[in-house]
Amino acid sequence: MWRLEPRSDAPLIWQFATPVLAVLATMLTGAVLFGLMGYDPFGAIRTIFWDPLFGASAGYSRPQLLVKAGPLILIACGLAVGFRAGIWNIGAEGQFIIGGITGAAVGLAAYPAEGWWIFPAMIVAGAAGGWAWGMIPALLRNWFGASEILVSLMLVYVAEKIAAWMAFGPMRNPEGFGMPGSRNLTQYPSAANPELIAGTGIHWGTIAALIAVVAVWVLISRHLRGLQIRAAGEAPRAARFGGVKPSALVAFCLGLSGALAGLAGLFEAAGPAGQITDGFGVGYGFTAIIVAFLGRLHPVGIVLGGLLMALTYIGGDIAQMMMQLPSATVQVFQGMMLFYLLGFDLLTRYRIRRRPA
Amino acid sequence: MIDPVSVFLMLLSAATPLLFAALGELIVERSGVLNLGVEGMMITGALAGFAAADATGNPLIGFAVAAIAGCAISMIFGVLTQFLLANQVATGLALALFGLGLTALFGKPYEGVKAPSMALGPLRIHWIVWLGLAMVPLIWWFLQRSRAGLILRGIGENHHAAHALGHKVHLYRLAAIGFGGAMAGIGGAYISIATVLQWTEGMTAGAGWIALALVVFSGWRAFGVLAGAWLFGGVTVLQLRLQAAGIAVPVQLLAMAPYLATIIALVVISARRKGSAAPGSLGKIFHATS
Amino acid sequence: MLRRNFLATSTALLTALTALPAIAQDEPLKVGFIYVGPVGDGGWTYQHDLGRQALEEEFGDRIETTYIESVPEGADAERAITQLALAGNDIIFTTSFGFMDATIAVAEKFPDIKFEHATGYKRAENVATYDARFYEGRAVMGTIAGHMTESNRIGYIGSFPIPEVIQGINSSFIHARKVNPEVEMRIVWAYSWFDPAKEADAAAALIAEGVDVILQHTDSTAPLAKAQEAGAIGFGQASDMAAFKPSPRVSSIIDNWAPYYIERVQAVLDGTWESEGTWAGIAGGEVEIGEITDAVPAEVRDAALAVKDSIASGEYHPFTGPLNKADGTEWLAEGQTATDEELSQLNFYVEGITAEIPQ
Repeated sequence: MWRLEPRSDAPLIWQFATPVLAVLATMLTGAVLFGLMGYDPFGAIRTIFWDPLFGASAGYSRPQLLVKAGPLILIACGLAVGFRAGIWNIGAEGQFIIGGITGAAVGLAAYPAEGWWIFPAMIVAGAAGGWAWGMIPALLRNWFGASEILVSLMLVYVAEKIAAWMAFGPMRNPEGFGMPGSRNLTQYPSAANPELIAGTGIHWGTIAALIAVVAVWVLISRHLRGLQIRAAGEAPRAARFGGVKPSALVAFCLGLSGALAGLAGLFEAAGPAGQITDGFGVGYGFTAIIVAFLGRLHPVGIVLGGLLMALTYIGGDIAQMMMQLPSATVQVFQGMMLFYLLGFDLLTRYRIRRRPA
Repeated sequence: MIDPVSVFLMLLSAATPLLFAALGELIVERSGVLNLGVEGMMITGALAGFAAADATGNPLIGFAVAAIAGCAISMIFGVLTQFLLANQVATGLALALFGLGLTALFGKPYEGVKAPSMALGPLRIHWIVWLGLAMVPLIWWFLQRSRAGLILRGIGENHHAAHALGHKVHLYRLAAIGFGGAMAGIGGAYISIATVLQWTEGMTAGAGWIALALVVFSGWRAFGVLAGAWLFGGVTVLQLRLQAAGIAVPVQLLAMAPYLATIIALVVISARRKGSAAPGSLGKIFHATS
Repeated sequence: MLRRNFLATSTALLTALTALPAIAQDEPLKVGFIYVGPVGDGGWTYQHDLGRQALEEEFGDRIETTYIESVPEGADAERAITQLALAGNDIIFTTSFGFMDATIAVAEKFPDIKFEHATGYKRAENVATYDARFYEGRAVMGTIAGHMTESNRIGYIGSFPIPEVIQGINSSFIHARKVNPEVEMRIVWAYSWFDPAKEADAAAALIAEGVDVILQHTDSTAPLAKAQEAGAIGFGQASDMAAFKPSPRVSSIIDNWAPYYIERVQAVLDGTWESEGTWAGIAGGEVEIGEITDAVPAEVRDAALAVKDSIASGEYHPFTGPLNKADGTEWLAEGQTATDEELSQLNFYVEGITAEIPQ
């Protein structure tokens, strides 16, 4: 018989090896799947994982990786902090939507005034909106003990309905011929979140994501709060005796991840998406959970995880164009990748030992 | 003005997919496992059930195959979380993605095909609806009265204590996950075989996520699930009926209501129980140290 | 690293941009499509993809088509359209209203590529728009519905309260009333283009209100399945939904994009393509009426076909006065017809419909 023995500290080699193994296993399984479906297996894998980086139109798709990965990284950084402390915010999608709405609301209210203060005010409003939406599960958990997993998930649906209501009601573009959706913020310079350097895909959201990566890294490795977070996640009981106030930690983690998700929503609404529509939430908040895990809850890992996720999206588009692979392939890939990673993760956390008979 | 009996009959069928999926998830969560992949299991059941009904011409075989397929795909989650000790939230999300993607790929040959019609049961309602209703007291009995149910609840509340008593935590949980998958599969198949009669990718359109909300709303009780399914189904049915009667309703605001009600219900139960209302070990990884 | 990336990127983009006009004549014309749903949705996207397939059949080796499906509206749309542009497509069809701003933005960067945006209202030098007069088909459906209803109540499942759907509701109602002055219309909004469970519930709600003919502006077959159960009838929407023939599906309104796509690609091949707004209907073949089955009596079929023919020949416009708005004020005087501009912003019901449009 085999048995598992928990490791006291995860060996570095496995920490790095498991994500790589997971990607390789996904490619392998994917190749078999494509072969069965009658596509060229190697061509398909190359198109998805290689072409966005080095293919014919890589000059365009490489910066697009940043556009797609930016919000994922920004959200995942906040989530990772909470996940490390054992606080499960799975409602980042809702916080993303609300942040987008509150941020856009400031811009739309100011329309058509011009001023340098408009965009910064939108950023503040976006972060505040996301923060507030994240604080609802935090307070309900602290006051009543309601599970933050479930409350934050419920609030995603509420946020989606609010987005639909906004798109058809209060925020509908009065010059939009009766069609749903707000004014396009990218066409309103004071409120726009433009590409900062042409051709790079970098906008304020990318910069915010980089700042978040560094800040979260510092937080968890250097700061007292980071220490408390790690302690709470690894040994909750001991942490409590050590003077960590659980309710403060819950509020901190949900507030932080909510604010970052809200920021991501605002940057998306004012930049790449451009407007609030009924379908404003396209799943960044959920995908970011996958990214956080792919990155093993570490900021640097999250950057890589976010880029990898973005790669599969963009590679998936190219594979559709070049090989007529159905779009659902990407979902299968992402699901598989996460399955493999979670499975292989066993090797980082446990040692496999033979049980003495 | 609006006939309440007909509203109720509509409600019965509208709530059925939710009821099946949520009853299954109830057992899963009662065993201390949080499987967020309900949507993936439902859509798998929807496709597999449709394919089987189409091949055999018998919708009942379709439902049986849907249950098997839902159970089978849930085993990915089961093995990963129970034997490889993977995080349940992440694995569940992956299952949802994977199920939606996989069915979209394999469902291509069934696009545009019509399922065989089903015979209706009493009150012009599908037999499956009655089966779903019958499952409610059965599951209540199982959880509250049967020995296996008692052990299952014990495992869900405190897996270490249950393990110390000699119960096989992982096997009970695996069985619960499989049951949850089968029920979700039937719920999904109800949409493809009984409601729409066709296969289209993504046709469960979020029902699996609502089922998750429902379990919370129920306070983890079988009859609570029924009440929740009727509330969620009821709000939809009622707003559609009001519209059909020519009464203007704020659709988006009404659509939010069940979710807000769920949060309120969760808060009330949590507050009353002085702490989390959910099973004590919900979502936590169990690893036997001895 | 950032800097190197930037330099590499800008040169690559530059070469990509300058390389575009240099397409040799003997190479096939490349035609790209962006779809909002999966090609297997059985409705809107499915019909656009049939149009694409018709192009391949028509032009054979002279063209090459590609598509990207399930593209969310917003940021992803702009990327997907740009990738089609970079892949050397000469003409790109963007097939959802929500792609409008993205299409315009990409078109600015690729002045030599032709863009065609469906159902939008923004055009540019190299961006044309196209749409179909679905309300013409609804006039035919409304005629059948008015004749066929025994309860004198017909129902309409709307997707979203936007002008296109409101045109459809008004047109159906006007023509049902024309043949049956007793007829009443019940309207239910699903707030989705595709949600089978909700569409089924919407159909059941209408049936429970005594409706026995259902018109749908949503893409799944769920309302037809419900109608079948209850002994009511309905119509195919977007695609023919032939699996439900001969009843409950007694006819259908089909989006047929093939004639338009063939005409526009031909224009590119001939070098005569120009940016314009096309809004064609039954006459142009974009709006097709599916087979009227034997479940409909012959005289009703003849009446419906007569309406269809008069619209096709141009002698009759479905919105011809005298017509009043729902609030009783005059909209169109005797003999006056609605302008396209009015229709494209339509936000009121005609007199006789007692519901209110959700705002």
